[in-house]
Amino acid sequence: MTFFPEEVLEHIFSFLPSHQHRNSISLVSKTWFKVERLSRHRVFVGNCYALTPQRLIARFPRVRALTLKGKPHVADFNSVSPHWGCFVFPWIVALAQNCPSLQEIKLKRMVVSDNSLDLLSRSFPNFNSLVLVGCNGFTTDGLAAIASNCRLLEVLDLQENEVQEGISQWLSCFPESCTSLVSLNFASLKGQVDLTALEKLVARCPNLRSLRLNRTVPLDMLQKILVRAPQLVDLGIGSYVQQTRSESYVKLCNSVLNCKSVQNLSGFWEVFPPCLPAIYPVCWNLTSLNLSYARGIRGLHLNRLIRQCQKLQRLWILDCIGDMGLEVVANTCKDLQELRVFPSDPYNAISSVTEGGLVAISIGCPKLHSLLYFCLQMTNAALITIAKNCPNFTYFRLCILNPKMPDHITLQPLDEGFGAIVQSCKKLRRLSLSGFLTDKVFLYIGMYAEQLEMLSVAFAGKGDKGMLYVLNGCRNLRKLEIRDSPFDDAALLADVVKYERMRFLWISSCEVTLGGCKALAKKVPMLNVEIINEEDQMEENPDDSMKVEKMYLYRTLDGPRKDAPDFVWAL
Amino acid sequence: MESMVTYESDLNLEATKLRLGLPGIEEFEKQTLPNVRSNKRALLDMNQESGSKKSSDVSDVKKCDQEIAPAPKAQVVGWPPIRSYRKNCLQTKKTEAEAAGIYVKVSMDGAPYLRKIDLKVYKGYPELLKALEDMFKFTVGEYSEREGYNGSEYVPTYEDKDGDWMLVGDVPWDMFISSCKRLRIMKGSEARGLGCVV
Repeated sequence: MTFFPEEVLEHIFSFLPSHQHRNSISLVSKTWFKVERLSRHRVFVGNCYALTPQRLIARFPRVRALTLKGKPHVADFNSVSPHWGCFVFPWIVALAQNCPSLQEIKLKRMVVSDNSLDLLSRSFPNFNSLVLVGCNGFTTDGLAAIASNCRLLEVLDLQENEVQEGISQWLSCFPESCTSLVSLNFASLKGQVDLTALEKLVARCPNLRSLRLNRTVPLDMLQKILVRAPQLVDLGIGSYVQQTRSESYVKLCNSVLNCKSVQNLSGFWEVFPPCLPAIYPVCWNLTSLNLSYARGIRGLHLNRLIRQCQKLQRLWILDCIGDMGLEVVANTCKDLQELRVFPSDPYNAISSVTEGGLVAISIGCPKLHSLLYFCLQMTNAALITIAKNCPNFTYFRLCILNPKMPDHITLQPLDEGFGAIVQSCKKLRRLSLSGFLTDKVFLYIGMYAEQLEMLSVAFAGKGDKGMLYVLNGCRNLRKLEIRDSPFDDAALLADVVKYERMRFLWISSCEVTLGGCKALAKKVPMLNVEIINEEDQMEENPDDSMKVEKMYLYRTLDGPRKDAPDFVWAL
Repeated sequence: MESMVTYESDLNLEATKLRLGLPGIEEFEKQTLPNVRSNKRALLDMNQESGSKKSSDVSDVKKCDQEIAPAPKAQVVGWPPIRSYRKNCLQTKKTEAEAAGIYVKVSMDGAPYLRKIDLKVYKGYPELLKALEDMFKFTVGEYSEREGYNGSEYVPTYEDKDGDWMLVGDVPWDMFISSCKRLRIMKGSEARGLGCVV
């Protein structure tokens, strides 16, 4: 194989589907390493502090599509201050200087400033795709720069970012010459957009496949958009309020009939449920439905809607669907693969879904492999049944809203239930635990969860053996987050070699002390150990026995980062 | 009934014993008590189509020893694990409801001065009309889509964003709240134009 000319190698490598594969083959020989790195166009960086932008560019100078992930997963839940880090600006600067052919950027949980967006929009003439997920730090002015300057823009996808209102009417900044849009998602923006500009934009972009509107876009505008873009595959509805007797509503019904391609439906930020029948015609072909922000769709209206969606593979819903509603799902959506049930009132511990609903789903939907489920109660028996019915879980995340809840009937810990899940689901890659758990569950996880890559633990365990079971048993573990559990220095230091194979370890509110972290940092110089202590205790020259509030450990090629704020202490 | 549940014992008879109270309160300190009954049958009763909140079903569950009011939760930071964007959406919806209301002037033909009411306080037309009736001491008739208010001299109307005078009750409530600028209770002959059948 090494006698092939490099062009042939490059061609062969182009068939490799994932960056993990490409990482592997680049280890074969120096030639392969060189060919691979010069031909890699799509680069994935799971932790933006794992390496500097300069190092990335040195290795992959021809990068055209870059994915960068920033803050750790727990940052999504406000456990990390917004100033902690993960600023994209230095990356944009470095890329602007060295990689002018950059086309795509996807950022997750990073701080993105308007300056960054502005620089981005002016530095890459072929730039065509911007996806921002869970980011913050920018305003609509930054979006205006993107709209104005990226001549070939195809994708502008904004998912659940915290966007402040700027001065600009960003949507109006798309020039008349912009006809290339394929995907536009501004569903999570709060501000008004110029509706006339929106309609004209949709009309002149014949390739538009995906459009997700925000709540300020009224139903009569939706109707006009559907007339202009009947080819849409992915539709996010903004406001869905109209009088059913009106001419507008009748027009809507007719326009919907022309939309034969819609497969993903989402939104409904405001709803007048009697209008829902207008969209029933698209429900027949739906494979993905996201009603997790549609608080207005409940009860009978919701059940009727679900009954139209027999081909559904992915469903995101609020817990007001209730167990009865989940039974409707179980009876209707036989192809269901992914289910997420979000809490509608988590802080008052109110939920209409129980273990019963989940069991019903497991019976009716045997293809289910990805689950996120918030509920108030669970039993071991239910989990055992679910494990038997759905052995194909790859993602299993159960969140019982009140910490440390046992099996509500037998009052046992939920060890056996989760144990059944890991034993039955041999392909399990991600697991989030909750409820009352002892070390036994970690024994089970270590024994059976061989493919596990990410584990999230909260309020669990009785001693420190738990972590040892997991670290020893789960050879593929890459991401581990533990909070409020009796995890102490002994457990932390027991097997530090394992940490070098992981992307990160996050520990908060456990029994780990400063001394323990310091000892760890000495043992693993290739890893960054950061202590996050937002209570300003750093200044008092702390004692080694002080318990650490939050510790974030991650592997990196470039040592401690230079942009850490005061409350982050790198050891 | 008061004995501790020990789940380490082999036979574990305690655990299988039917209890009428909530699960082991003594066992787990620092627990905030859930709003859920441990009585399985009650659960099936509770899951009605309308997805009503559990707290409203408390009365359905007989035999419950303790009246557990939802403990005001000391919020654990970062728990439950909900993305902050989603959390902010949930809270905004609540604060929007609590925030400065929609105050509109209400005039009544023949009354010496106007009143002001907060539309946000009402959940729908019946409550609004009742409040107006109480405030001005009159009654509206029976509402029907075809005929408007039937059976009274008084007709509730409002001025919408476009400056038109509309009959209260024709549009969905949410649409009404967002478009109503002022209310006027019309009386007598003028009211007839808007579909009042006396």
